Amino acid sequence: MSDGTNAVTGHAAEHPGYRTFILVWVALLLLTAALVGLSHLGQSYAVLGLLTITPLKAALVFYFFMHLKYESTLFKGVLFVTLATLLIFFALLFADVAFR
Amino acid sequence: MTAVATTGHAEPSYLVDTGKRKGIAAWLTTTDHKRIALLYLYAMVVFFLVGMGIGVAMRLVQLHSLQHMMKPQTYNALFTLHGVIMIFLFVIPGVPAVFGNFLLPILIGAKDVAFPKLNLATWYFFMAGGIIAVAALFTGGGPPDTGWSFYAPFSVRTGTNVTLAVFGAFVLGFSSMLTGVNFITTIHRLRAPGMGWFRMPLFCWGLYATSWIQILATPIVAITLVLVILDRLFGVGLFDPSKGGDPLLYQHLFWIYSHPAVYIMILPAMGVISEVMPTFCKRPIFGYKAIAFSSLSIAGVGSLVWAHHMFTSGMSEFANMIFALLTMIVAIPSAIKVFNWTSTMYKGSIDFQPPLLYALTFIFLFCIGGLTGIMNGTLAINVHIHDTYFIVGHFHYVMFGGTGFGFFTALLYWFPKMFGKNYSKRWAYVAWVPMFIGFNMLYFTMLVLGLQGMPRRYWTHLPQFDTGHVVATVGSWFLATGLVLFFANFVWAIFKGSEAEDNPWGGVTLEWQIPSPPPVENFEEIPTITHGPYEFSKESHA
Amino acid sequence: MSDAIAQGAAGAHAHGEHRDDVGARLGMWLFLVTEIVLFGGLFLAYSYMRYLYPVEFHEGGQQLNVTIGVINTVILLTSSLTMVLSLVAIQRADLFKAKLFVGTTVVLGLAFLVNKGFEWAAKFHHGLYPSSEHMATLPHGEQVFFSLYFTMTGLHGVHVLVGISVLTWVLTLIARGRITPDRYVLQENAGLYWHLVDVVWIYLLPLFYLAA
Repeated sequence: MSDGTNAVTGHAAEHPGYRTFILVWVALLLLTAALVGLSHLGQSYAVLGLLTITPLKAALVFYFFMHLKYESTLFKGVLFVTLATLLIFFALLFADVAFR
Repeated sequence: MTAVATTGHAEPSYLVDTGKRKGIAAWLTTTDHKRIALLYLYAMVVFFLVGMGIGVAMRLVQLHSLQHMMKPQTYNALFTLHGVIMIFLFVIPGVPAVFGNFLLPILIGAKDVAFPKLNLATWYFFMAGGIIAVAALFTGGGPPDTGWSFYAPFSVRTGTNVTLAVFGAFVLGFSSMLTGVNFITTIHRLRAPGMGWFRMPLFCWGLYATSWIQILATPIVAITLVLVILDRLFGVGLFDPSKGGDPLLYQHLFWIYSHPAVYIMILPAMGVISEVMPTFCKRPIFGYKAIAFSSLSIAGVGSLVWAHHMFTSGMSEFANMIFALLTMIVAIPSAIKVFNWTSTMYKGSIDFQPPLLYALTFIFLFCIGGLTGIMNGTLAINVHIHDTYFIVGHFHYVMFGGTGFGFFTALLYWFPKMFGKNYSKRWAYVAWVPMFIGFNMLYFTMLVLGLQGMPRRYWTHLPQFDTGHVVATVGSWFLATGLVLFFANFVWAIFKGSEAEDNPWGGVTLEWQIPSPPPVENFEEIPTITHGPYEFSKESHA
Repeated sequence: MSDAIAQGAAGAHAHGEHRDDVGARLGMWLFLVTEIVLFGGLFLAYSYMRYLYPVEFHEGGQQLNVTIGVINTVILLTSSLTMVLSLVAIQRADLFKAKLFVGTTVVLGLAFLVNKGFEWAAKFHHGLYPSSEHMATLPHGEQVFFSLYFTMTGLHGVHVLVGISVLTWVLTLIARGRITPDRYVLQENAGLYWHLVDVVWIYLLPLFYLAA
């Protein structure tokens, strides 16, 4: 392969090392601390944290720990379709429950 | 087609035991997708005939002279069982598990699916789920009486053995999900060199779209059934109003799966028709890409219409309108397929054979089913026909007239390839007559009865519905007769049929380029594909 | 794309076997789709019920132990780190570190379950469990909150247990030489499962402990 991708394992030639992942872990811990801190400020701040910081933490795990950054578009597409589907279920469900 | 050695007769067929094990042991430990397909086929035919027998019994009790042949509670158990068996053990797995397993690798030029051992595991999940569901009949409080939809709060409160039955359905879900995982990976990773996405046969597109629904929708019903079990065992009351729960939440979660499930049922069957039409019209399918994309659209939009089963449940008006609109939209890609199949016949060279007859029957019956579906999706009509025989007639037209006849078409088309034997074409035609007449006597009458007000799931009926019920019951006898003749033909053929050719129908997709029955690894050499799947040249007619 | 398959296939067929690591990972991701949707169904139920009972959900959340929740979060996040470090190790042919990191992940997973055990035991001790007498006296919305709490953390706990078992098995495979620096897709796939279990918990923390 011209871009260095291993033909057998499908991995990129450059593997991320210990440092990359430790940095991500630190980021996750900091974000968790921020989330806890936010929730001490009140209910609406806690919900804000739920809607912003939490997806960010999940994204870091997906992207780095689960290697999604280094996989082909197909894998990203698989996850995207799944999350989009859940979002649509959520929206249509609320078309009922929020308008009764 | 190039580079396919057809001297395959030197290699033993997949039906011959060549490994260490022989006989039943070889079959029960096989990882050959073709053998796994047959394992599914044999099990499913048994389940289908049991389900059919229950259906016949359900019709008998509607004759006034026989009304006391069973107690009302028994009737409730029977319609529950009929639904569970037919839906979970035949219609949902049917075409993908049998014909998808057998044909998918061959159609894309592969030697097997991506995960052959996982494939065998799905069959064991299937059998385990089926056995658990049957065990529910004879244990605990007896067979469930909730209907196959297990609505809360009754399903949570009834003394019958809902827990075990629902657990059986949960186990069956794994068979479906893991088959989906396998097929998606197979299609992405194992296509032969030169087989781009738009050179794949349309049956593969149907299986691909179906597999996505399988992985995206089935887990929702899995968790819903788990919640029912948790409620029955531990009192976790998410659906129980006495604990703050909401029965509508159950209905939403249940139908979020069970509506897409009907597209799991129909998309592969539609894929079969897309294979059959070109072969017997000797010309490429009309509108290949439209059919391919319509499969994806049906999967996508079909996942958004679930609450059209809940129009009268107490949902918000707003939700009613949204779901009605989406329901209208999902009809469009289905209609596109019907137009394209019939257009394929135009200026084709029609070769009238049993698969074509049953495929045309599919189109006819499916249209009636689809149009009555549009009627159901109209809010003003739905109020009157919800929970009546109109619904029962509608879904039998699409599930039986559609998927059922699609399954029969697939069997008629691919049986010579799978078994290397010829069935009797005459008996295939003969069986069709009582099947077609009986089917319409039974289910069209139900449409009428429903409009007249006959409710569903009632063990008896008011005198004004007598005539309709008698017509329907007699129709069920014709239908059952036809079905028995239909299957008997194949059983006979397995033992006494003449040897089939490699290409009895003059088809041009890859399965017709290899022996009947195929060798274990399908191809001596993986072919290199150089053109689309339905290229008929002047001299290719068999 | 088909070129890639052909080249990959050529490489994988070198020894007459069918090996497709990308396919194996794809299959694992597709399986994870089913897990995401499985928990997704419970998240749908949670959001539905929370909409109906906002006050009672808050009351219920107040009764949960935030400290244990946060400690468990740190445990799982760290276990995700050790899991992915074990992959770096195997890629660098450092079998000792690979086993060490997998083993640490297992230990952290067990620590999580022990904490969860204490947490639930405390709830049971206070008469807070489905169908308890005390539960029946609570407002409906709180009953629903606790039903969801036990169901969702319970299902998550089951998955942690499965993950621990799978990872223990992976550890033995590395020890026996069945997972090697040239062939470790099984370890990768086990890791993917473990990380998803972590992601679910990332959501459970605010849903129950912080933002209820």
